[in-house]
Amino acid sequence: MIEEKHILSILVDNEPGVLSRISGLFSGRGFNIESLCVAETMDPQVSRVTLVTNGNPPVIEQIEKQLNKLINVIKVHDLTGKEYVKREMALIKVVAKSEHRAEILRTVDIFRCKVVDVSPEHYTIEVTGDEEKMQAILNLLKPIGIKEIARTGMIALFRNSK
Amino acid sequence: MKLTGAQIMMKVLKEEGVDTIFGYPGGAVIDIYDELEKSDIRHILVRQEACAVHAADGYARAGSRVGVCLVTSGPGATNTVSGIASAYMDSIPVVIFTGQVPTHLIGNDAFQEVDTVGITRPCTKHNYLVKRTEDLARIIKEAFMIAKSGRPGPVLIDIPKNVGVTAVDYKPVKKVNLKSYNPTYSPNVKQLHKVVELIKNTNKPMIFAGGGVILSGAAKELTELARKTQIPVTTSLMGLGGFPGTDPLWLGMIGMHGTYRANMCTGECDLLIGIGVRFDDRVTGKTDAFAANAKIVHIDIDPTSIRKNIPVTAPVVGDCKITLAKLNQLLNKEDLGNLKKKRKKWLDQIQRWIDTQPLAYKQKDIIKPQYVVETLYKLTKGKAIITTEVGQNQMWAAQYYHFDQPNHFITSGGLGCMGFGLPAAIGAQLACPDKLVVDVAGDGSIQMNIQEMTTAVQCGLPIKIVILNNGYLGMVRQWQQLFFNKCYAATCLDCAPDFVKLAEAYGAEGLRATKPEEVETVLKKGLASKNPVIMDFRVDREECVYPMVPAGAPVTEMLLV
Repeated sequence: MIEEKHILSILVDNEPGVLSRISGLFSGRGFNIESLCVAETMDPQVSRVTLVTNGNPPVIEQIEKQLNKLINVIKVHDLTGKEYVKREMALIKVVAKSEHRAEILRTVDIFRCKVVDVSPEHYTIEVTGDEEKMQAILNLLKPIGIKEIARTGMIALFRNSK
Repeated sequence: MKLTGAQIMMKVLKEEGVDTIFGYPGGAVIDIYDELEKSDIRHILVRQEACAVHAADGYARAGSRVGVCLVTSGPGATNTVSGIASAYMDSIPVVIFTGQVPTHLIGNDAFQEVDTVGITRPCTKHNYLVKRTEDLARIIKEAFMIAKSGRPGPVLIDIPKNVGVTAVDYKPVKKVNLKSYNPTYSPNVKQLHKVVELIKNTNKPMIFAGGGVILSGAAKELTELARKTQIPVTTSLMGLGGFPGTDPLWLGMIGMHGTYRANMCTGECDLLIGIGVRFDDRVTGKTDAFAANAKIVHIDIDPTSIRKNIPVTAPVVGDCKITLAKLNQLLNKEDLGNLKKKRKKWLDQIQRWIDTQPLAYKQKDIIKPQYVVETLYKLTKGKAIITTEVGQNQMWAAQYYHFDQPNHFITSGGLGCMGFGLPAAIGAQLACPDKLVVDVAGDGSIQMNIQEMTTAVQCGLPIKIVILNNGYLGMVRQWQQLFFNKCYAATCLDCAPDFVKLAEAYGAEGLRATKPEEVETVLKKGLASKNPVIMDFRVDREECVYPMVPAGAPVTEMLLV
């Protein structure tokens, strides 16, 4: 069976220990977490966890069921295969020697990114986009020299108001 | 009205109908114990905290209610983990109260501090750390509701010392409101119609029932279904008693030490109806080969059980009792034809399996453990509540004691926790004071929690302990004999206490049988006593449990006597 990447959007009670219940479930049952993002929703009692995982269909089915079984989990949506928007943000610190500075800025322009910090040796670039865009800009900047990178992991929402 | 956390706790426990708590005191719960002493709730002092949970487990199963325990922080809490894990694996409703260091010390590595909620998170259905006394009443109410509803399980409440001491305005909690918790009890009728069609259109069906039938109280509905449709029934270890063990449609237990006929049926059947089961590896053996020619119906209240281990043709999420009652209603409207005729070939085949390979052992001039259990069954007419330890004793009890009623076989099935039987017998005896309660034990596992003899003596509980004493950790020794060239590494227990003297030292009675002809006399004398009794049966040292399916093999490929 084919392993597939799935984006799960999970609404949970905004309580201490809930994240540990979710991560413990994944480690205890041998499921994968590729990335994970948590933050409060409009309702301060509810948080949204956006979790990217992979597995074959029976594994994904188990993951969803096991998540639903947790008392603090309110709702689990599998966005994969549905209409949704997804974004990731990264801060990339690029080595910016004088001969590369113009090229970096051109790339930033093409990808509609932002330079958020400048120093004599570095640019720090803010990038937002999906995985393909992230990969593309990283591929371009890598030969120039990436000093450090921080990524948020994927967040996603249904297109219609579900 | 201002009440302390401890007073609130007693109030809510009374509201929940709690009459017995199993526990062990300590610094962090001393205030709660002070209130408990003033209340009319009975406290049973166990001698080690895991036994508080095992006893509450036995109490819950024998009495079909929620078991409750109370222990202190740190080591008190860590000791409960085996008990909690066992209750979790077997889906037993238990609420565990643990003390905790005061909230201002949490995280400081205080004396007797552990992260109890962190440690027990993977082995509880849910757990709580109570940070404010104001939340205590609501949390206890939620805990009882979660423990006993849906697929039951243990729920732990960790109470910091100051939460028990602080007085707050007490407002009774009338209703529990958990927006994210809503178990499915009623099955999807469309799915049930599918099940009806499958039953009508298959020739070699079998029912495989499990602990879910016992927990939901569906034994009557299951029996009705089987008799109405003339479908033979096997159960898992946890399901024993869910279907009468003396019924002609009874196949015996399934799995690693299941009967020949039950296991052979899985290979031949064209429909397998799983009811309240989770297709554990000890049942299925090699999963690809399990019921390979059959369509599979799976009825369970826990959606995660379905399609976890085995692909399913017709999944039905619902409570076993409600689902089977509805299924029976639907079947009543159907013309099932001449079932006697339709099933004859299948039931004849099963009879041939019984005739060629019945459960059997060879009687010699040495006591056979199976003979002890058989005699126990004969003398108690199958009416006793049997608890077991874990290992060979557990399997022989399951094979040779025939259970006609649910809640009469109490064993640590999923976790396989040695030392379970004695404390569980204490709990069962307290839940059912008029019943005969017998712990079928081995000489190894009885020593895991032998200290609970004191609890039994102190509480005047006439429990009976039948030790099938072979001087070995018998089940591991059996594996070593069969798969490790008889290298009995660390399994020989030839240095052991004199169990008769030990019983007397505890203030109980001790009896011993060393020859087959003494078995009945000793059992009769022991069972008739009004005291706790240890009966030490010196059995054949190298007797094995058969049939046996080697781990990972198809269940139809058994080692036989």
